[in-house]
Amino acid sequence: MQPTYSSSRILQPVRPWFVPFSLLVALILNYLPTSAWPWMPDWVALVIIFWSIREPRRAGMGFGFLLGLAMDVADASLMGQHALAYVLASYAAFSLSRRVLWFPLGLQALHVLPLLLIVQLVQFGVRAMPGVDLPGLTYFIGPFVGALLWWPLTFMLLLPQYQPLDRDANRPI
Amino acid sequence: MDHQPPPFFKRGPAPLARLSFYAALSLALIFIDSRFQTLELLRQGVSLFTHPMQQAAHVPVEFLQGGGSYFSSITRLQDENARLKRAQLDGAETLLRSRQLEVENERLRKLLDLKGRQKANGRVAEILYAARDPFSRRVIVNKGQQDKIIAGQPVVDDAGVIGQVTRVFPFVSEITLITDKDQAVPVQIVRNGLRSVVFGLGDGQLELRFMPSNADVQNGDLLVTSGLDGIFLSGLPVAKVVHIERDTSYSFARIYCVPVAGVENFGEVMVLDPPDTTPLPAQLTTEAASGAAAKSGAKPGAKKKRLKRE
Repeated sequence: MQPTYSSSRILQPVRPWFVPFSLLVALILNYLPTSAWPWMPDWVALVIIFWSIREPRRAGMGFGFLLGLAMDVADASLMGQHALAYVLASYAAFSLSRRVLWFPLGLQALHVLPLLLIVQLVQFGVRAMPGVDLPGLTYFIGPFVGALLWWPLTFMLLLPQYQPLDRDANRPI
Repeated sequence: MDHQPPPFFKRGPAPLARLSFYAALSLALIFIDSRFQTLELLRQGVSLFTHPMQQAAHVPVEFLQGGGSYFSSITRLQDENARLKRAQLDGAETLLRSRQLEVENERLRKLLDLKGRQKANGRVAEILYAARDPFSRRVIVNKGQQDKIIAGQPVVDDAGVIGQVTRVFPFVSEITLITDKDQAVPVQIVRNGLRSVVFGLGDGQLELRFMPSNADVQNGDLLVTSGLDGIFLSGLPVAKVVHIERDTSYSFARIYCVPVAGVENFGEVMVLDPPDTTPLPAQLTTEAASGAAAKSGAKPGAKKKRLKRE
C-alpha cells in the first residue's frame, strides 16, 4: 500500500444527523435563484459525492434518489432526471471510496471532477433524447468549479469531527 | 466450493442491486413523465415539501433586493415618476380613442350579428424566479391552485404575450415562455391578416414555420394572436418579424421573429382567464370525436385534449 503524503488525523465518527443536515443545506443552496450564473456548481451532487466517499454506509443512492426528485420538482425539469444522475454519481463515488481517501486533496478533487461531469452528462443525455439544443458549454463549467470546491468542502464538512469529545490538555493527538 | 464467511457488518442489499433498483425507478419516472404526463400528483406532493424550502432560500435574496431599493436615491424615483407621467400622457390620447373605438366596434359587431369580442380578465401574478433547468425556458409565478389557476391559461405582460401556464402547484404555477423550444402560438399578421403559427426556437427567438417562400411577410410585421386555438384571446401582440430568408431550395421561407413582450424580464404578469369556448355544432362534434379516435396517437391532438381536461 502506498504511504500517504501526509498522515491524516484520527477523526471522531460523524454525527448521524449531520449527514442529512448537510444534504438539506446543499438542497437549499441549489434552490437559490442562481439561474443567471451557469458556473454555479451543483451543491447537492457535490455533497452526495462527498458523503458517498467518506461515509458510504450512511449516505448513498437512497438520499441521491430522494434529493434528485426534490430537485426535479423545483427545477421544473423532467421527473427523474436529477434522480438518475445523482444515483449514478453516488454509485461511482461509492465504488471509488476505498481508494480516493489515500490521495491528497488535490488528487481527490481530480477524482471528483469526472463524477460531477457524469451528473451533467447524464442530465444532458436524458434531455437530449426527446430533442433539445445544446445548452452551451457554460453548462459544463459547474463541475470544474465544484471540483475546485473540494478543499473547502472537505474542511467544512469534517469540521464537527475535528472537535475533541472531552477537553483534555494532555491529549496525545 | 468455497464458502464466503458471513459478513461482519449488516450492509443491506448489494450496492449493484441498489443501483439497478434506483436507476430503474428513475428511468421509469423519466419515461412516464416524458410520454404520458401522468405524474402531476406526485409533483404536487413533492412540491409541498420543496416549496417552503425554496421560499426559505429566496428570503435572503429578496432581503438584499429590498435593501437595494430602499437606498435607491430620491432623484432616480423622481425621474422615473416624471417619465411615467409623460408616458401616461402620451398614451392617453390613444387610450381614450381606443375606448370609444371599442364601443363603436361592439355596436357594429352587433349590427353585423357577430359574436362580441371578449373582454380580457385575469389575475396579476408576480414572477418568482426562472426555473434552473438550462434546457427549457420557464418561469415560476406566485399564483397556483389556491387562486384557481388552471393549466393552459395564457400569460401576458404590459406589452404582449409571454407564455402559457403549463403546470399548476398548490401555491405557485409554472409558465412556459413563448421562446421555449417548440412552444406554439397561433398568430396572424396585423398588416394583412395572414394566419400562421409561431414556434419558439429555444434561444430567445421565434420562428414562423410553414410559410411559403412567396408569402406576404415583411421585416417589421407585427404578429398578434389569432384566437383560433380557443386559448389565447385574439389581438394580443406576440412578436415582430426581424429576419426573413427566402431560399428557393426550400419550399418554406425561414422567418425569424423576436417577442414583443419582455419575455426575459422579471416583474408582474397577468394570467388571463381562458376564453369561453363556443361549442361546436352537433355534427362537427361527432366528426371531431371520430377523427380524434381514428388518430389518437397524433401528438397535437393529444396535447390539446390534455390541456382541456386539466
